[in-house]
Amino acid sequence: MTLRISSKYVDAILEQSRVEYPDECCGVILGPEGSDDPQVLKPMINAAHSPTFYEFDSKDLLALYREVDDNSQEIVVVYHSHTETEAYPSRTDIAYASEPNAHYVLVSTRKEIAPENEFRSYRIVDGIVTEEDVEIF
Amino acid sequence: MSAPTIEVRIPTILRPYTKNEKTVSAEATNLGELVAALDKSYTGLGDRLLENGELRRFINVYINDEDVRFMGSLAATLKAGDSVTILPAVAGGC
Repeated sequence: MTLRISSKYVDAILEQSRVEYPDECCGVILGPEGSDDPQVLKPMINAAHSPTFYEFDSKDLLALYREVDDNSQEIVVVYHSHTETEAYPSRTDIAYASEPNAHYVLVSTRKEIAPENEFRSYRIVDGIVTEEDVEIF
Repeated sequence: MSAPTIEVRIPTILRPYTKNEKTVSAEATNLGELVAALDKSYTGLGDRLLENGELRRFINVYINDEDVRFMGSLAATLKAGDSVTILPAVAGGC
């Protein structure tokens, strides 16, 4: 599997991760149902406001899923940032991953690595993490 | 008087329990009864929603537009015409 994504979204997610540092940032990219094509970037508020945890606000979550349903869309990408660790799904990320069809994107703001090098994508299904290629256009 | 029939929206991750049905229904007068009724029809679903008799921390349940945590959780009452939405939290962390 490969995630094909526009460079404007990659830049926007990395920028969001820097702006919200030292908290983790999060969001989704929506696309038409069945398309696997990330078209609409939706930054979300990290209701946990934490450097080690993220969670969508419960009202925002309901509104998001209503919007997706009403517009025949799907959540193509779920993204969040790690502030001081590798852009690799943590045990917590794996435990709570609940969209088997989504690309889980991780970015990192850790200083020793240039953030632009840390944009990675994974499938997380039944607790199994599979990293995939990212094709930026 | 019989309990009202409540429509329940099931998230993708739990649809293996409902034969891939997006929407199911069950009769109940409160959320606890609803979960019990769902588990009876769809074995194993209750376990995915409850832990030690309470709603799991990372499962969100809404009655119409309200998060049930603000309505008494499992004691939240249901009436005819209510619809329930189950959504796993989108959450994680390093």
